[in-house]
Amino acid sequence: MRVQRCKGTRDLSPDEMARFRFIEEVFRERCLRWGYQEVRTPTIEYLHLFTSAGTLTPSMLGRVYSFLDWDGWSGERVVLRPDGTIPIARLYIDSMADRGLARLFYVTNTFIFEETGKKTRERWQCGTELIGVNTPASDTELIVLALEVLNNLKLKNVTLRLSHAGLIKALLERLGLNPEEQAKIFDRILDGDTKALAALGADRPEMSGILLPLLSLKGNSSGFLKNLKAISARSLPEFEPYLNNFIGVVRILESLGYKYQIDIASGAGFEYYTGIIFQLYSGREKIGGGGRYDALIPAMGGDDVPASGFALYIDRLMNLIEPAALRKPAGQSVLVKSEDDGGMNEAFSIASRLRDAGYTAELDLGSRGTEGTRWLLEIQGKPPKYRLRDMVESSQAEAQTAEEILTIIEGKSGNQDSLAQRATSK
Amino acid sequence: MGIKIALPKGRLLSKTASLLQMAGWGMDGYHEQARLYHLKSRVYPNLSAKMFHERDIPIQVAIGNYDLGICGGDWVEELLVKYPSSSLVKIRDLDYGAGSLCMVAGLADISMDAIRRKAGRGTIRIVSEYANLAESFALEERLRRFSVFPVWGGAEAYPPEDAELALISGQNGDEGRVMGMRLVARVLDFSAYLIANRGSWGAKDLDRVVASICDSCDHLPANEEIREKLEIKKEKTYNIQRPEDGIIRIALPDGHQQAPMLQLLKKAGIEVEDYPSPTGNRRPDIINIEGVTAKVIRPQDMPLQVVNGNFDLAITGRDWLADHRYQFPSSPVKELLDLKSGKVRLVAVVSQELPVNNAANLRKFIEESTAPFRVASEYVNIADRYARDNHFGRYRVIPTWGATEAFLPDDADLLIENTETGGTIARHNLKIIDTLFESTACIIGNTRIKSGSTKGEKAGFIVETIRAAVEDT
Repeated sequence: MRVQRCKGTRDLSPDEMARFRFIEEVFRERCLRWGYQEVRTPTIEYLHLFTSAGTLTPSMLGRVYSFLDWDGWSGERVVLRPDGTIPIARLYIDSMADRGLARLFYVTNTFIFEETGKKTRERWQCGTELIGVNTPASDTELIVLALEVLNNLKLKNVTLRLSHAGLIKALLERLGLNPEEQAKIFDRILDGDTKALAALGADRPEMSGILLPLLSLKGNSSGFLKNLKAISARSLPEFEPYLNNFIGVVRILESLGYKYQIDIASGAGFEYYTGIIFQLYSGREKIGGGGRYDALIPAMGGDDVPASGFALYIDRLMNLIEPAALRKPAGQSVLVKSEDDGGMNEAFSIASRLRDAGYTAELDLGSRGTEGTRWLLEIQGKPPKYRLRDMVESSQAEAQTAEEILTIIEGKSGNQDSLAQRATSK
Repeated sequence: MGIKIALPKGRLLSKTASLLQMAGWGMDGYHEQARLYHLKSRVYPNLSAKMFHERDIPIQVAIGNYDLGICGGDWVEELLVKYPSSSLVKIRDLDYGAGSLCMVAGLADISMDAIRRKAGRGTIRIVSEYANLAESFALEERLRRFSVFPVWGGAEAYPPEDAELALISGQNGDEGRVMGMRLVARVLDFSAYLIANRGSWGAKDLDRVVASICDSCDHLPANEEIREKLEIKKEKTYNIQRPEDGIIRIALPDGHQQAPMLQLLKKAGIEVEDYPSPTGNRRPDIINIEGVTAKVIRPQDMPLQVVNGNFDLAITGRDWLADHRYQFPSSPVKELLDLKSGKVRLVAVVSQELPVNNAANLRKFIEESTAPFRVASEYVNIADRYARDNHFGRYRVIPTWGATEAFLPDDADLLIENTETGGTIARHNLKIIDTLFESTACIIGNTRIKSGSTKGEKAGFIVETIRAAVEDT
């Protein structure tokens, strides 16, 4: 019988975990500095949390991991969390609604069935939710926070694409589609079908005079949106509030010097989006996205509370992190070796001292070479008690006390920063 | 290279047999009285067939145990709606065995809007043999909160009291069966389908076999089945009875248990009218006891219905009670009375050729084999527990819908089956290596019914009346 990893899952090796933690730490540090608080929700939730209209599209719901619990004879099913935002909205309604404004962030896995098993069915994301406010400034806050995280991760070629769910919905309504058709096209756009809107325009040549400019053009300034506002002012007055909101966001971005691209037809995201939609790319790879979802909390049975949020896809970011961003500080690791069993208690105690002083101290349990270690500390049966070898400089020294050892190591390694401190100090 | 086809038992058998006769296959053993499920063609030397419950066929073809299959399009869609990239190709609609899958309700207001509104307040219960299609319907309709109850049969008996919706298959001519229901949506029109495994279709020479079916299909007598006839009658709606109204609701078994149960009830002095029902009525009247109603459903489905409070008493088998308990260990259902009839043994069965004669042997055999071990059973949870308790390592449980003996030896390695005499098992060249337990018919009830309450007393009275009749034999 062969031991196998379950289809559609992945392991994270030590190297990958180093990348994972680096992303997580950079993300946490930025969020905390913006005043966000970390939360964690359960892996298992009720299915019905995700089935109401305006949460997940039917195509996503058809692929959730759902099952009857051990006491599920009533037919009530539970799911492995298929989405990061809905559980946070549930948590907010559950126990935080009296706060009004909430700035929350999380690092979590989500599960969705991917039939071929070639892509992973468990995905990791880090995300934030800003609940209780609906202004262009709050949308911009999220966009800027996301861009700062990516900047601190030293990612190259990051681009920002903007769309607006309110505009798309108003457009679909204007096309005279019934609510069901509107929902279907909206779902297609959100599932990433960038041609869905254009195809619709082709079916309705009478509308294309107004719509096509809106659909096919891409812009990269608030001027573009003002132009749209000018051409639609008379014929499509219902666009105005959405365009005003959109213009408000891009004006702040412009003043801060951020570049963006406006592409209304590519609004990939979630059915619960109602306002601005933003997507983040590194090169051609989508690495995150977010948007405004004012209708979600009321639809789930909460008060009429607006909200917006974003998520970054850790699995994709891990492949893009430059090794240089991760490099371990040198001269920090000590391998502690005892020549005989009698010295082992001494090895434990000196290793403990070294760790407390901020070094990595590894006990030699008999089978390890010195690879990757800066220092080799040997405990000898006779005085002097310790022999310390510098594996990089090929020198050695002898010592009688722990203090002497610490002095030697400190003298050579310069700083004691841990990896975490290094990562966050930038 | 041999060609294997999976052929349906049951509803589609006679028409499929005439089709194959016209196709000149010489598949002699394929008829209503077939005693063996493995068949060979007299005409095509490399063509063999096996008979399955219709519902097993798309799965068997998709996993590649069979190159071709004939079954209702309803079961093909039931598989594909959940697993769209299954290795299954639909070759041809065979134009017979037409039917429709209908979502029906027993409520007076049956617009989808009304149902959605109701789903906003509570859970919409959907009962069906087609659990995947029912779920897909609920998701597409954006029902906010719903539960799908997969049942073995008799879904039309559930609304309006025990479910809001039922997804049922209506074949032409059985309009009476769904009387009292209202049509909410027509989910699927279907007829018999020829299907193939995608790999086989891409690599094997199936042309002569497929061509012979298609040619004969064109010459079948004109299809007189008219779908439009399937009208669901609307006159009668049932009064919904509330659980708190003190009425005792009894579930009576359908199928072959009906005659002995009727006899037992008669002996206990309980008169049931229209049971078994020649017209398929699932709501027989209990004449001589006040405040008792009855429904006829599948014994397999009863434990779940009892714990959900839809029935106070149910006559089922200990086998199905055990299967339910293994799935839901803390389920509040208990056996109230052993009826000491319908005795069967639950046994572990392997092919005669397998060199094992007990569970310990079998474990060793599995450890040494490389392929995953396949356990086929109607009792999914009992089979799973048996495999777990015996440390079978890497195993798979294949759910079946009857005629499980046919699975050995090619399509499964072990069966968990019930048997009265062992005759069928021996006839199929199989052997019993273990007995799990003995099962008899029993009355079950919900442990949450308080014994002192009016309802508890009335239920107790009925159980005691039947107990007296059982002990009198």
